[in-house]
Amino acid sequence: MICIYMLCLALFLVGLYCVVRKRNLIKIIIGIGIMEYAVNLFFILGGYIRRGRSPIFAADQVIKNMVDPLSQAVVSTAIVIGLAFTLLLVAIAIRIYEKSGTFDITKINRLKG
Amino acid sequence: MNFVPFFVILPLAAAFLIPLTGKKIKIAGEVASIAATLSLAVLSFLVAALTAAQKALICNIGKWIAPAGIPMIVDGFSIFFLVIINVIAFLVAIYSVDYVKRYTDTWKFFTLFLLMVAGMNGVVISGDIFNLYVCLEIAAIAGYSLVAFDVDAEALEASFKYAVMGAVGSSFMLLGIALLYSYASTLNMADMALSIAGKGASKILPFVSALFLAGFGLKAALVPFHAWLPDAHSKAPTPVSAMLSGLLIKVLGVYALSRIFFNIFGMTPQVSMILIGLAVISMVVASVLAFGQTDIKRLLAYSSISQIGYIALGLGVCTPLSIMGALFHLFNHSIFKSLLFLNAGAIEQSTGTRDLRKMPGIMAISPVTGYTNLIGTMSICGIPPLGGFWSKLIIIFACIQADRPILAFIAAAVSALTLGYYFKAATPILFGSKEYRGINNNIGKRIAITMALPMAALAVLSILSVLILLPDTGRSFLGDAVAVLVRGREWNSAISGAMR
Repeated sequence: MICIYMLCLALFLVGLYCVVRKRNLIKIIIGIGIMEYAVNLFFILGGYIRRGRSPIFAADQVIKNMVDPLSQAVVSTAIVIGLAFTLLLVAIAIRIYEKSGTFDITKINRLKG
Repeated sequence: MNFVPFFVILPLAAAFLIPLTGKKIKIAGEVASIAATLSLAVLSFLVAALTAAQKALICNIGKWIAPAGIPMIVDGFSIFFLVIINVIAFLVAIYSVDYVKRYTDTWKFFTLFLLMVAGMNGVVISGDIFNLYVCLEIAAIAGYSLVAFDVDAEALEASFKYAVMGAVGSSFMLLGIALLYSYASTLNMADMALSIAGKGASKILPFVSALFLAGFGLKAALVPFHAWLPDAHSKAPTPVSAMLSGLLIKVLGVYALSRIFFNIFGMTPQVSMILIGLAVISMVVASVLAFGQTDIKRLLAYSSISQIGYIALGLGVCTPLSIMGALFHLFNHSIFKSLLFLNAGAIEQSTGTRDLRKMPGIMAISPVTGYTNLIGTMSICGIPPLGGFWSKLIIIFACIQADRPILAFIAAAVSALTLGYYFKAATPILFGSKEYRGINNNIGKRIAITMALPMAALAVLSILSVLILLPDTGRSFLGDAVAVLVRGREWNSAISGAMR
């Protein structure tokens, strides 16, 4: 189980590296996507039980060993936010490409920061 | 009748109606946003009166009781922010009516504007940490798209930069929330505080604190995380700059940070030390950088970072007096910084430039802009009768009282720096030089009454803001907000009991 958490952390760091280090706007957007997925995966893992069952109530069911439904509900919300956000970023990237003809951030850099 | 959910329902409903009618009716956006923000401002005063009587208003959405449902909570700290947000949003909405005439689809602007207001109100009234995150994202995404509203190369670049940095910050926050949820097994903030207090010290809390400091510090633009702010705030349309600088960095950054660190984790000496460190760096670095700016809006943006440093300093010192100073400074700053940004827009409108080196002098062209700008500048510099002086004085006194004379000295020195760069900027803005008069066709263009009124109102507010310190009128308004933070984790046992 600890192994999968480590992989999750590695995924997060890959995304962070991609955002920080890459020069292409589209690669930066993909990096943000990877980071979001890593966090979502971590949230799901937090509510997961090994050999757990789905949290559905019924008359003849015994309530035990259920995985946590709340973290799944939360993550589905987070995915929707991520979708809207990616869409906005891609739209901005397309407009930047129309204005400057390149996706390279070192070439479109006009502001001093 | 519970009024609490209307803080989110009203702006969301208006934001939904505007795109439906915006193409047919030309002024739908203007009318709907002014109506919505006016009713929100009135509602916030009404709820302020109710909150003062009952201490905390709680609304369980859909009648779901606390651990299963998402409560909306308005306590003294929330209502403090709600009043600021909605009053300033109303004034900025009036100002926008004339400003947005330069765009073709004005209804898009107002839709995003109202979404941003809805998101900020949602952050402030949310009693559930994930709900807080969602509302924060709504406000932030509306903010990113509003920054890009001019759709020129610089605005797009600023928006992209802001959005990418914001996304990294949000990922840190969500990671922190995930860790906190697996530790405390609840997302409800009051229950979370009780659960954490019950478990005692743990190694996970410092890690989560670091994640939240990075995430919310980025939204608040404390110095190592500030790089997006000068670009985003200077390239955004002026009403949006006023909203971003006056409200968004405070609600998304300072409110969320203090709610989590004071009321959920309980302030620890380590966090307080880090907060003070970030605050001091922000104050000093941003004021030094502000000296080199030639664009009015960039100068104001750097000054925002520096003033956020004052607020963080007050919160970090963590005595009742310093927290009061911080919140009072936040109140003042949101008024005079909105005013100064609105002034910058009016100056651009009537002189055709924002470059300090080419100012023809606004006093001769538009006295309303000139005098309101003078009042705003005097307030932010800390000239005695105005609000900014008292809030800085309280923070400095609080540092001395907490036996930290070095911090008091730094705060006083930065105040002198602030006076320096505003003086450097105010001379050309107000008087300028005659040689630039008549170069631009726009010069002498009168500003519309809808632009002059909000500026005048904000100038009057920044003169009157000191009344909030009077015992009868304002003390309970400011004092209740301070009390929530001072009581820290204990506050949650009261909330947690009242929710059920």
